[in-house]
Amino acid sequence: MAYSDKVLDHFKNPRNVGTLDKSKKNVGTGLVGAPECGDVMRLQIEVSEDGVIQDAKFKTFGCGSAIASSSLATEWLKGKSVDEALAIDNMDIVEELALPPVKIHCSVLAEDAIKSAIKDYQEKNGVDFEVVE
Amino acid sequence: MANRRIYLDNNATTPTDPRVVEAMLPYFTNMFGNAASRNHPFGWEAEEGVDYAREQVAKLIGADPKEIIFTSGATESDNLAIKGVFEMYARKGNHIITLKTEHKAVLDACKKVEKMGGEVTYLDVKRDGLVDLEALKAAITDKTILVSIMFANNETGVIQPMKEIGALCEEKGVLFMSDITQAAGKIPVDVKELGIHLAAFTGHKMYGPKGVGALFVNRKKPRVKVTAQMDGGGHERGMRSGTLNVPGIVGFGKAAELAIKEMDADAKRLSALRDKLQTALMERLEEVVINGNEEHRMPHVTNMSFKHVEGEGLMMTFNQNIALSSGSACTSASLEPSYVLKALGLGDDLAHSSLRFSLGRFTTDEDVEQTIDEIANGVNHMRELSPIWEMYKEGIDLESIEWSEH
Repeated sequence: MAYSDKVLDHFKNPRNVGTLDKSKKNVGTGLVGAPECGDVMRLQIEVSEDGVIQDAKFKTFGCGSAIASSSLATEWLKGKSVDEALAIDNMDIVEELALPPVKIHCSVLAEDAIKSAIKDYQEKNGVDFEVVE
Repeated sequence: MANRRIYLDNNATTPTDPRVVEAMLPYFTNMFGNAASRNHPFGWEAEEGVDYAREQVAKLIGADPKEIIFTSGATESDNLAIKGVFEMYARKGNHIITLKTEHKAVLDACKKVEKMGGEVTYLDVKRDGLVDLEALKAAITDKTILVSIMFANNETGVIQPMKEIGALCEEKGVLFMSDITQAAGKIPVDVKELGIHLAAFTGHKMYGPKGVGALFVNRKKPRVKVTAQMDGGGHERGMRSGTLNVPGIVGFGKAAELAIKEMDADAKRLSALRDKLQTALMERLEEVVINGNEEHRMPHVTNMSFKHVEGEGLMMTFNQNIALSSGSACTSASLEPSYVLKALGLGDDLAHSSLRFSLGRFTTDEDVEQTIDEIANGVNHMRELSPIWEMYKEGIDLESIEWSEH
């Protein structure tokens, strides 16, 4: 199976790889997936006082599409408000990266990671997490 | 240099040796006859080519030429052996024993037998991939007609104790069938000495062409018969109808002849290269494990897991130029990692982290050196990206985390 150019680009030059200080109150961390399933994503956001995501970092154990999906997610998150971030849909990622059907789960995992990071941030800051369907 | 392609997936298929291609060519053009045409020279010369190839292929495994049935490949041979024995020996019993680590061609043929009213025991293997002979012995009942155990595993290269299995089958009076695909032409195989009654193998794993294989069927002590699975003109002593693939068979024969001459030297050279690859990677990287028994193993194969790195992602760091296989199945619909590695007791995480290196006749020292560098760099790159590697490095017990399985 051949990967799209965009997947290859994110895989070779992943954006925003790294770790934020999860003890900070304005940092939300999402850890999703399982080693047994062959994918684990950790996505972190750092939110400014006015509710804008000013930084996002990831680390992913997984195939090229999983790495590309999380790399793309961090790129999209930066500069967005928390509400805007919650609206990111996995199908947007599928479309942007031209993922084939067998790799759609990678995009689902990236969406889960975003939601999970936001939930962690909101819980830390006393906001009730609302699932946007 | 950067884009030089390196092929280390010889257990999937081998390139056709140019000497094999040369032997085949006349049978496409001048000597194109149907080997079953008995009344003109076109048929005679095709038949002569097939007869000679049958001798070469038989010699490779210590069989009589009359015991070789040509087929389209090992999958067909496995099917013919298992379903053919099941149908032919229905009056004697309906039980077949095999291993969980067998090739899908054997496992799926056994599943079909179950649907046809047969009973199949799928034995576990030990952690090193070897059959448990005591468990095998205990599994044989008075209904058992066939034991099907592969010679060497395609994923790990682990070689089963064929002689002991053969002796056990003889003692119990059951037929012993083996998929010898990965061993034939690579290491010495003598079906008579090992007590094998049926053996399936193919041309394209031993530098011959694709689309041609063979089933060895023992003719004396015991005289084994299989029910044909393909009906037609009664070719191949009635066991496999269909016009013979003469150029393919001639190529298979030539490949067998070359293997007889060159397998010792190839095996010696390749095991040194394989050991070099394995040792260098173990020295340069932490947390690497070798899957399967190292002592009873094919000389050209090694299967390694690079912990906390996903195999397919790892392959993407170099798959523009190095061909390998991974036990990870990220692209398969099931997302299940290698069932063979899981049968060895590996966790799914380690199975997802595995790579199979299978060297071949045309692998060079330079290929191995470049592979060592690229794999080591690839693993390091992927570990930089891996959250579970970071956790491992921080001393976090990965077992203690509640993962969200998906």
